[in-house]
Amino acid sequence: MIWYAVIAAAVGCYLFKLAGLSVPERILSDPRTRRIAALLPVGLLAALIATQTFVSADHRLTLDPRAAGLGVAVIAILLRAPFLIVVGAAVATTALLRLVL
Amino acid sequence: MARRDRHVRPRPGLEGPSGPSRALFPGARRRGTPLNTDTPGPLDAAGPAPAPAPGDEWPATRAAILRDAAGIALTSGAYAVSCGAICTAAGLTVPQTMALSLLMFTGASQFAIAGVIGSGGAPLAGAAVAVLLGGRNALYGLRLAPLLRVRGARKALAAQLVIDETTAMAVVREDERAGRLGFWATGFALFVMWGLGNLLGALGAQVLPEPEVLGMDVAAPAAFLALLAPRMRGGTPWAAAVLASGTALIATPLLPAGVPVLLAGAAVAVLALFLRRAAAPSAEESR
Repeated sequence: MIWYAVIAAAVGCYLFKLAGLSVPERILSDPRTRRIAALLPVGLLAALIATQTFVSADHRLTLDPRAAGLGVAVIAILLRAPFLIVVGAAVATTALLRLVL
Repeated sequence: MARRDRHVRPRPGLEGPSGPSRALFPGARRRGTPLNTDTPGPLDAAGPAPAPAPGDEWPATRAAILRDAAGIALTSGAYAVSCGAICTAAGLTVPQTMALSLLMFTGASQFAIAGVIGSGGAPLAGAAVAVLLGGRNALYGLRLAPLLRVRGARKALAAQLVIDETTAMAVVREDERAGRLGFWATGFALFVMWGLGNLLGALGAQVLPEPEVLGMDVAAPAAFLALLAPRMRGGTPWAAAVLASGTALIATPLLPAGVPVLLAGAAVAVLALFLRRAAAPSAEESR
């Protein structure tokens, strides 16, 4: 099942890339299309962050050490830390809290 | 140094479409800023006299473009390692992780499908989220098409390389030849380093005992946050982010994992249709 998803998603992503190079400009330059394309990544990323931080394994809302890790990531981003530091700090915070609690 | 000053350094995140390079390399802007702020363009460097013929400048420009491409590829290696690690920590096999790296080759989407599968979601829901996230590459292709002017097999190859970084490295060049070189050099260098980094991360995470004890389950959301941060300029992105995360959290107890994220995407699409003001940033993106 995972293989189907991997292949389907890879094909879908490729077709989007190809479409950009192939489709006549007027179709993709429709203002509504552009507005959706500009906002959709923001919405999807925000939803992914929320569900992967505040949802437990049994699909309930929860507040656990992941939230603290995410908070540390926010601080690291505000301090303009490089990508690896952002992720590393979040992971380390969560792991430490799990060790202590 | 004088040689380096003569070419226009790309300004990832400052001029690219919605901060592409910075979107994938949050550190890139910081690294590049000191050079960017006082680096004159080619005309400034040439003084009041007209710019010299492109032929005179080309070897230096070409060397600078290749150097930038190598730099971006090396920086992406670190990002690729964490991407590969997150994929295998989420339950994908090493071949599956590498299939994503080579066939999908667009970072945020790879994180997304791994994240949804890792949190127990249906793999196809993860695939849908990944494809929707990849939709922005279509707009990059639109910008690149008149520059690259590719057909047939070259177009099929170029398409796979249409991502945040290659677009940023191509569209900031003043000269078309430089733009094309920026695209292909960055694309090939990145493709190789991205694959190597993904492989290293995937193999490394395989030997980890328990991903959750090590806090690896927060790596994906932290990575998403780093991708999201450069896009949060102005009120509209914030409205979209609040609407989407709220929708996803409310829907979570009611729907299977992965589906709330799709629902959040639909909510944001509706919001985009009703928000006239959102046209401003996207119009800027179009040129």
